[in-house]
Parts: sequence; structure tokens; C-alpha cells
Amino acid sequence: MDQFTTTIGQPNITSILFFFLFITGTMFITYFAAKKSKTTADFYAAGGGISGFQNGLALAGDYMSAASFLGIAGLVSLKGYDGLIYSIGFLVGWPIIMFLIAEPLRNLGKYTFADVVAYRLSQKPVRIAASVGSLMTVCFYLIAQMVGSGALIHMVFGLKYEIAIVFVGAVMICYVLFGGMLATTWVQIIKAVLLLSGATVLVAFVLAKFNYNPVELFAAAQAKYGDKVLAPGGLVSNPWDAISLGLALMFGTAGLPHILMRFYTVPDAKAARKSVFVATGFIGFFYILTFIIGFGAMVLVGQDVISNMDKGGNMAALLLAEVTGGTVFLGFIAAVAFATILAVVAGLTLAGATTLSHDLYVNVFRGGKANEQEEVRVAKIATLCLGVLAVVLGLVFKGQNVAFMVGLAFAIAASANFPALLMSIMWRKFSTLGAVFSIVTGTTLAVVLIVISPTVWVSVLHNPTAIFPLKNPALISMTGAFIAGWIGSMIKRDERAETLYPEQKVRNYLGVSVE
Amino acid sequence: MNKDPEAIINTPEFKALVAKQWSVSAVLSIIMLGVYFGFILVLAFDKGTLGGLITDGLSVGIPIGLFVIVLAWGLTGIYVYWANDKYDSAVNAIRQSLRRN
Repeated sequence: MDQFTTTIGQPNITSILFFFLFITGTMFITYFAAKKSKTTADFYAAGGGISGFQNGLALAGDYMSAASFLGIAGLVSLKGYDGLIYSIGFLVGWPIIMFLIAEPLRNLGKYTFADVVAYRLSQKPVRIAASVGSLMTVCFYLIAQMVGSGALIHMVFGLKYEIAIVFVGAVMICYVLFGGMLATTWVQIIKAVLLLSGATVLVAFVLAKFNYNPVELFAAAQAKYGDKVLAPGGLVSNPWDAISLGLALMFGTAGLPHILMRFYTVPDAKAARKSVFVATGFIGFFYILTFIIGFGAMVLVGQDVISNMDKGGNMAALLLAEVTGGTVFLGFIAAVAFATILAVVAGLTLAGATTLSHDLYVNVFRGGKANEQEEVRVAKIATLCLGVLAVVLGLVFKGQNVAFMVGLAFAIAASANFPALLMSIMWRKFSTLGAVFSIVTGTTLAVVLIVISPTVWVSVLHNPTAIFPLKNPALISMTGAFIAGWIGSMIKRDERAETLYPEQKVRNYLGVSVE
Repeated sequence: MNKDPEAIINTPEFKALVAKQWSVSAVLSIIMLGVYFGFILVLAFDKGTLGGLITDGLSVGIPIGLFVIVLAWGLTGIYVYWANDKYDSAVNAIRQSLRRN
């Protein structure tokens, strides 16, 4: 095949057209959602009126970021099989959410997972601690998304990094500020449908060239680049590293605030279950698509072209779209990637704003006594502040290596949020001090250990050797959080919490209506 | 729900419900954890196994990777099927008996 010249980086008419169509459509939805978003239940949870299937799509939308679409396809195109190992890690957390978290979360909470942790414990200390874990997860995830999106939009559309960041921030603030959870959910659903159908069409284009037989595609890759592309490479080598990363991905998913808060948008536990099933199916299907897209790019575009354009391979899927479908299809896929970025940052911002207003302002600062109007107003102010903060952080971290921040967000989620959530549901003797100990220990260990790990100490700070050997701290920080929770609960028992446990347990299992 | 919660959680029906739910959740979680960490450890200790070729264009690792993805989805499906079929009816039965008392 001839070395082809790409039009990526030049303004693309189709792309601009599709993108404005997306913006116009979602702004319409936001306008109608704004009329329906009056109460806190509307703003935080879309009034509980989202169906199980819709929520499943929205959950998948929240989880399928541009990084996972472009990044994993790129990883596969350059490394082959290793990309699949990475995707599998991100998928296996979902069944855990279903088996251990989904129903109790839906039955015991109102808007945030801190509602569940603080259900029978002292509100103020537990809410403060849970907010710290929650906000840190959201912020690190948000920084990674913003920086990635600025760089991506710059590369795809030739737009200046700073302008891209401000634009993403402004549109995302509009969605959340005016439309709350209802608009954010519909943006998420539309984006998920676009992304899944775009990726499916791309895969169809690729497989058409290989008699619709993926094995022929893999064989072509093998003929071009050798057997190694079909075999695991260097991604998993040290077993302790592999276990630690595996724990972070598996239990981190069950501690991501923007994912957990989606369980309050459905009417009951039955719909919550269905939404996890739907989300897991779509995410799994999506990862299979990215695997084929990666191999398609490897064969049809070629590794040299891909890595010349971007060392990490992030342009692989877009280059493949251009090779198989021309500039029009490239424009469509690029617009879908942009929409994906917008939707994910909107979901994160909403989760952060909910923590600030519902957990910190209302339940800590106002002692639980704030009326609806006041709480919605505070939530909107929080949205604006977080949105601006996201833009500022995006600008501050320009050009920095922020790839570790997603791993860190998952490590904090697995260490600060998940253990406290699980223990508060399962363990009668879990006390206020135990919860605070667990969250503080989990957060501190996750942050400190990742700074002195190879991920930051060597790769970002350029020291010769790391103080802590593992690339991801979850093995130590998550275990530490469980132990700290146990120690705290042993040191200071919480009689009131133990007395309230039967009531919590009845509600957990029988699902007495939340309202 | 005017009965004492402590009394409710000590009824045999409620205890059976909790035991059943817990065993289903635990078994399914252990299957998922076992398969995933088994997969990861095989990768870490013996790359050759998954890199071996079945035919041209297909290494052992590809169908196994696909299997883990499909299994993750399948397990959530099994849970939903069980919960809709058995769990919900047990919950409803307990709720009804509480209402009668």
C-alpha cells in the first residue's frame, strides 16, 4: 500500500458539521432538561426517572472515555495483544459492582455513596472524609481527561490547546449547570450510541477487507510484524505489579463517584441491576471492537505512520477511519471522539459538584438543614467553580505527563472509597472512627506511594530508582484501608451505629423505598 | 414497616434471604476474581502459554481474552436472572408477611 498523506490536523468540514450537530442537539436537550430540573432530586439524580437500559448506556458512556477509545486502539496498534490485557482489567470491575455494591447503594443512599457510608455513623466526620476521597478521585480523573482532550483536539482539529480546553470547559459547564443529571445522562446516552455505532462501522469497514474474518486480519498483522503481536509482551511482567494494578482496576471501578451516583437515577434496585448488565455488555463489546480497530490500524495504516503522528499511538483509530472511509468518515469519528470528551468531563464535574453541595455544604456545613432551593443553588455554584477549576488545571498541566493520574484515581477509588463503602454495608461494628481511619489511610497511602513509585518518581520526576517498587499502590493502600478501618472500629466503638445496623440491614435487603 | 428491625433480621426467612444472596454474590465474585487473577498470573509467570499459536493469526491468548470478557458479562447476566427470578420473590414474600403482622 502507498504511504498515504493524512488530513488529520486540518479543519475537516464533515467533522465540524457533525460536531455542531452534536452540540446543537445536546444544547436542545439541555434546554428542555433545564425546565424539568428544579429540585435536588432532579439536579443530582434526574428525578430517578431514568430506565435501567438507559442508565446502562449512560454508565457505559461514562466509562468509555476518549482515552479508552483512542488510547487502547493505539496501544493495540503498536503493541498488539497487550492492549487486550489492559481492556480486560477495566471490564472486570463491573461484575464486582453488581455483586457487592449496586443494590445496597441503591437501597441505602440518596445521591452519593457518602450517603451510604454515613447512613448510621456520625455525619460530619464521615462526610468530610468521604468527600476528600471522592473529590480527589474526581480531580485526578478530570485532570487526565482535560489534558488529554486539549492535546487530542489540538492534534485532530488543529485548534490551539488553550482554546480547546476553554471550549470543552464552557460547553460542559452548560450541560451540568442548566441541565443537571438529566441533561448529563442524555448527553452520555447519545455519546455512547454514537461511539458504539461509529466503532462498529469502522470494524465493519476493516473486516470487509478480510472476508469478515478477524483471524485473517490477525494473520495479516502476524505476516507484517511477526508472531509477537499476537503474544503478550512487556505489559505484565512482575506478578506483584500485575496483582496491584488488577486490584486497583477491579475495585476502583466500584469506588468511582461518577459511576456510583448513576445508581440513584433509576427507580429501584431491579433497574440498577439491569443497568450494570447492560453497561457491562456494551463496554465488553466496545473493548472487542477497539481490539479489532487496533489490529486494523496496524495492518492497513502501519505502525510507522501511527507512531510518527503520535508516539503513544493515539491517532491510530482516526488514521484507520481515514484509510477505510475517507475524510468524511474521519470527520465523523473525530466528532464522536470530541463528543466523548465532553460527556465524560460533564459526568465527572457533576459528581464533584454533588459531593461539594450535598455532602460538604448541606450535611457538614449546614448540619443537614438546607432547603431545596438553597441546595440546588449551591450545587450550581459548585458546578461553576469545579468547571472553572477543571479548565485551570487543564491549562496548568499542559504538556505534563498526566497518564499516571488515571491509575491514581483508580487507586484512590479502590483504597479510600471502596473499603469504607463495603465495610459500612457489611459490618455491624464498623464505627465512625473506623470509617475516618479507613478513608484517610487509603487516600494517604495511595497518593504517597504513587509519588515514590516508578510511575511518578522515575517516569515523571526522573529519579534513577523508585523508593516503592510497585507501579500501582492498590495492593498496599487498599489492604491498609481495610486494616485501618478495623483498627479504628476496635479503638472506638459506636454504640448508636450498632443499634441502627438492623434497620440498615432491613433496608439494604428489602429495599424500602428511598423517598 | 412497624416491626422492630432487630426482630426482622432474626426471622428465619430474612436470614435465609441474606444467606442466599451472600452465597450467590460470593460465588460469582470469587469466579470473577479467580479467572481474572488466574489470567494475569499466567501472563506474569508464563508468557509462552498464551503466546502459542493455534493457527496462523490466532494465538491461545486471543480466545482466552475474549472468554474473560464474555464471562464478565455472562456473570452479571446470571446474577440478574437469579435476582429477578428468586431474590425478588423472596423479598416480596417477606414484605407481605411484614405487612400482615
